[in-house]
Amino acid sequence: MTQPLKVVVVGNGMVGYKFCEKLLTKVGGGLFSITVIGEEPRPAYDRVHLSAYFSGTSVEELTMAPASWYAEHGIQLLTGECVVKIDPAAHYVQTHTGLQIPYDKLVLATGSGAFVPSVPGVEKEGVFVYRTIEDLDAIIGYSKGATRAAVIGGGLLGLEAAKATLDLGLETHVVEFAPRLMPRQLDAAGAGMLKRKMEALGIQIHLNKNTSHFDGGAAVARLSFADGTSLEVDMVVISAGIRPRDELAKQAGLAVGPRGGIMVNDELQTSDTDIYAIGECALHKGMIYGLVAPGYEMAEVVAKNLTILSSNGETTIVPSLGERGLFKAFDMSTKLKLIGVDVASFGEPFCEQTPHDTIIVEDKLKGIYKRLNVTTDGKYLLGGILVGEAENYNMLLQTVKNRLVLPPNPEDLVLPARKGDGASAGAGIADLPDEASICSCENITKGAICQAIEEHNLPDVAAIKKCTKAGTGCGGCVPMLSDLLTETLKKQGKVVKKVLCEHFDYSRQEMYHLIQTSGTRTYDEVVAKFGKGCGCEVCKPAVASMLASIYNDVIAKQAVIQDTNDRFMANIQRGGTYSVVPRVPGGEITPEQLIALGTVAKKYDLYCKITGGQRVDLFGARVEQLPFIWEELLEVGFESGHAYGKSLRTVKSCVGSTWCRFGVQDAVGFAIRVENRYKGIRSPHKLKSAVSGCTRECAEAQSKDFGIIATEKGWNLYVCGNGGIKPQHALLLASDLDDETCLKYIDRFLMFYIKTAEPLQRTATWFNKLEGGMEYLRDVIINDSLGIAAELEQELQYLVDTYHDEWRVAVETPEIRARFSHFVNVEEPDPTLEFVEMRGQKRPADW
Amino acid sequence: MNNQPTTWFKAAPVSAFPENGGACVKYNDKQIAVFHFKQLDKWYATDNECPHKHQMALSRGMIGDQQGHPKVACPFHKKTFSLETGLNLQGEDYCINVYPVKIEDGFVFIGI
Ligand SMILES: Cc1cc2nc3c(=O)[nH]c(=O)nc-3n(C[C@H](O)[C@H](O)[C@H](O)COP(=O)(O)OP(=O)(O)OC[C@H]3O[C@@H](n4cnc5c(N)ncnc54)[C@H](O)[C@@H]3O)c2cc1C
Ligand code: SF4
Ligand code: SF4
Ligand code: FES
Repeated sequence: MTQPLKVVVVGNGMVGYKFCEKLLTKVGGGLFSITVIGEEPRPAYDRVHLSAYFSGTSVEELTMAPASWYAEHGIQLLTGECVVKIDPAAHYVQTHTGLQIPYDKLVLATGSGAFVPSVPGVEKEGVFVYRTIEDLDAIIGYSKGATRAAVIGGGLLGLEAAKATLDLGLETHVVEFAPRLMPRQLDAAGAGMLKRKMEALGIQIHLNKNTSHFDGGAAVARLSFADGTSLEVDMVVISAGIRPRDELAKQAGLAVGPRGGIMVNDELQTSDTDIYAIGECALHKGMIYGLVAPGYEMAEVVAKNLTILSSNGETTIVPSLGERGLFKAFDMSTKLKLIGVDVASFGEPFCEQTPHDTIIVEDKLKGIYKRLNVTTDGKYLLGGILVGEAENYNMLLQTVKNRLVLPPNPEDLVLPARKGDGASAGAGIADLPDEASICSCENITKGAICQAIEEHNLPDVAAIKKCTKAGTGCGGCVPMLSDLLTETLKKQGKVVKKVLCEHFDYSRQEMYHLIQTSGTRTYDEVVAKFGKGCGCEVCKPAVASMLASIYNDVIAKQAVIQDTNDRFMANIQRGGTYSVVPRVPGGEITPEQLIALGTVAKKYDLYCKITGGQRVDLFGARVEQLPFIWEELLEVGFESGHAYGKSLRTVKSCVGSTWCRFGVQDAVGFAIRVENRYKGIRSPHKLKSAVSGCTRECAEAQSKDFGIIATEKGWNLYVCGNGGIKPQHALLLASDLDDETCLKYIDRFLMFYIKTAEPLQRTATWFNKLEGGMEYLRDVIINDSLGIAAELEQELQYLVDTYHDEWRVAVETPEIRARFSHFVNVEEPDPTLEFVEMRGQKRPADW
Repeated sequence: MNNQPTTWFKAAPVSAFPENGGACVKYNDKQIAVFHFKQLDKWYATDNECPHKHQMALSRGMIGDQQGHPKVACPFHKKTFSLETGLNLQGEDYCINVYPVKIEDGFVFIGI
C-alpha cells in the first residue's frame, strides 16, 4: 500500500466541511490523511440559516457536524487557527501560531468576508457586518442599547439582516445604492412590489442613496449621503456584498481576478495544479458564486478528482470511478427565506440576451408580482421572478431545468387556481423525469429519492433527509420531498392512513370509538388492548384527551400520561416555573376577586399580566407553590381556567346591551352561560369562543372556534374560526337562534368535532379537511343527516353533568397534592431557578 | 456514561416515584431524574437538565419507547433522549448522562 495522500483544507466553512464529507463517502478512510484548518473558534456551521440564531436556534443545532465527527473519521481538525502562509514550492502551509503542515494537495475553501466599503467613519463603534456567529452575538449585544438601525445594502443578505434587526425590536432602515431592491435578482416592477411589502413589515427603504460618511463620536450616530441628506441611527449593519478571501492565494503567488477571487479552471485547480479552490473564494469563468449549492458541487468535483488521482497514481482514468469531474456554470436561482415575504428568482430572470416573451401577473392589492419568461414559441420556460407568492417556485425551477414542455396556457402556472377547475394546471411532480434534480444543494435526483423511499420504506420527510441528505442544505426542496413521499406511497398502493404513532395502528377517530365501546378507562388498559410497547409523548396525551372526553374522570389520577401542563395543571414557562390562570367567565370579575388576585400575586411574588382572553395570568410560580396558591384562589370562588389544557379557554365578551349604546342582546350574560356550560371539557385541541352584543363585533367572535354575534332576533352562530399562525374567519352555521337552540347546536358541533378530529387539530383545520364543507356540517348539525344528533347531545350533557373543578380536587386530595414538589427526596425548591427584574416585576433569566 | 459506579446513592423509597413516569432527586448539587417503567419492571436515571435549553425538566417529561428503545421527551420542546445511552434520538448533537439504578430493600439507589 502506498502512503495516504496528504490533503490539507484551509477554511472550515460550509463548503470546506462538505468537501471532507464527500471525500470520505467516495472511498472511506485510508486513501487520504486529511487535515482541516479553520480560523473560526468552532467547527463549521450552517451559515445559510444563520438568521435562525436570532430566533433561538442554538449553535449546536446549526453545527454541520460536531468535532467528534471529524475525530471519528480520522480527520485532524484545527479550529481557531488561521493559515497565514502557503509555500507552494515546499508544499506546506503555516498558521498564525507557527504550526507548519505539509500537504500533497491543498484545498482552499476560505469563503468570503463581508465587503466593507472604505467610507470615512466606518471604523466607528456600532458598525457591524453579518457573517459569523460572533457577528450576530455582537449585534445582539449592541442592540440592547440601540433604537434605530440601518442596514447598508438592499440585496438578499441585507434584507435578511434587516428582518433580524427588526425582530430585535429596532426601528429598521435599509439603505440601497441602486434605484431598486435586490437589483441582481429582480426587475423594477418586482422590486417595487417587494419594497411595498418590506414597508408593510415596518422596514423603511431608502433607494439611490450613496453613503458618503458615518458621523458621530466614538459611536456611529448618523449616516450622511452623497445627495446631502442624512439619517440618524445608532447602529449600522453593512451588507454591501462579499469579498472573496483571496489574501492567502495572493501571498502564495496564485493567480487572482482583478476584482478578487482565486482563479480556477474547470477542475477547480488554481494556477498551481496541486492547489484547488472551492466555494465562495473561487473565481470560475469570471464568476464568484455566493450561494451554497454551487460550492457543494465544487466540493464534489474536487473530491471525485482527488479520489481518482490517489487510487491511480497520476492521470489515467479508472472506469469504475467514471470520468474526472468538471465544474460547469451553475444555476443562480434563489428564494429569499424571509418570513412574511416570498421572493424568488429563477433561471434567467431578466433574459437580456435571449429572445423571449413575458407573461406578467400583477396584483397590487395583494402585493403579488409574477413574471415568466417563455421562449417565443411558447413551449419552454426560461426563467422568472416571483414576489408576494412563491409557492410554485420549486415546480417552476424544475420546469426550467428539465426543459419540460409548458401546458397550452402557461399563464395558469402563475394565476391563482381557478375555482372548480379540479386538477391544478401545469406540470405536477409526477411529470418530472427521474433525472430531475430535486435537492440542488446536495444534487439529489427525483429518481434517487423515490428509490430510497421504496427500498428503505422511509415513512416521513425526516427519514428521507437522514437517508438521502436531500433537504439538509438550504431546505428549499422540503415541500417537494413531502409531495414525492405521498406520490411514491400512493403508487405502491399504500393507503396513507393517519395512525396515532408507532404504538397504535389506528386513527384518532377509530381509537375514540374503540375506547368508548370497549369501556377501557386507563391508558395502560388501552395500550394493552389496542396498542403495543410502552407508548410515547404522542399517544399518551392523545389517549388521555380521549379518555377525558369520554369519561370526564379526574385527569390527575393518570398524571404521567398527561403533557406536563396537564400533569401539573398549570402552564410551564421558560425557566421551569408555571403560570396560573383562574377562570373569569365572560371576563366579568368582582372587585373582591381582583383584590384577592393581587394579594396572592404579592404574597408569592408572581409576575402579573392581563391575557388576550380577558383574564389575569400569574407567572413564576414554583411547582410546590401551586397547591398553596390555588387554596387561596378557591377560597374567593375562583376555579381552574384550564389555560393549560386542550379544552375551553375563555368565552370573551363585550359588555353588550347592559352598558353599550349599540348592544342588542346581553352578551356578557350569555358568554357566562356558555363558558360555564363547556368549561373543563377536554377536546383534541384548545377551544376559544366569544360573544358580541351586536354586529360591530367588538369581541372578535369570528376569529374563534365558535363565536356568537347578537342580532335583533337572537344569535348568529359562527364556527371554525382561528387566530394563530393561520388566521381564518369563522363561518356562519345558523342565524337568529334563541338561547336554547344556540346551545343545542354548539353541543352537537363540539361533540362531533371532539369525536372525529385528529390529535391536536384545531376546529379550523378540521373543517378544512371535512369533505362537503359547510353544507355537510350544517346537514349533520342542523338537519341531523347522520342521525347522531341525539347521541351527541347526550354525550355532551354527560360532560356538563360530571364537571368538577380539578384544582379543588387536587388541593383536597392528599395523594395528588403531594406530587407537587420538585424533588422527591428533599423538601427544597429547584435551586437553579433564576429571575431578573423587569419594569418593577420579575421575569426568568435568559436561557 | 459511567460503567463502574463509585458510589451507590440511596435516593428515596420506591413509593416516592410515580409508576410509568419520572421524578427528580437531589444528590449534593446534582439533580437526577429517575424513571420507572412498571410493565417492564425497569428503572433508569439521567441528568434532570435538558441540554437543549438547559431546563431542569426531564423528570417532568413523558416516557415511552421508540421501536422498543426506552426514551424520555423533554416537556419544553419535545427533544427525546435514549434512557439507555443518553443520546438525542432526533439525531441532534447533544446528550445526557445516564446512571445505573438498583432497587434494594424497597429503596432506589443510583450509581454515581
Ligand atoms: C446571513 C447569510 C445568509 C445566507 N443565505 C444564503 C441562502 O439563502 N442561500 C445560499 O445558497 N447561500 C446563502 N448564503 C451564502 C452561503 O452561506 C455561502 O455561500 C457559503 O457559506 C459559502 O461557503 P464557503 O465554505 O465557501 O465559505 P464560508 O462559509 O465563509 O467558510 C469559509 C471559512 O474559512 C475560514 N477561513 C478563511 N480564511 C482562512 C484562513 N486563512 N485560515 C483559516 N480559515 C480561514 C473562514 O473563517 C470561514 O470559516 C448566506 C450567507 C450569509 C452570511
Ligand atoms: S359588539 Fe356591539 S354591543 Fe358589543 S361593545 Fe361592540 S358595539 Fe357594543
Ligand atoms: S405567540 Fe404564543 S407561543 Fe409565541 S411567544 Fe407569544 S405566547 Fe409564546
Ligand atoms: S429545553 Fe428540553 S427540549 Fe428544549
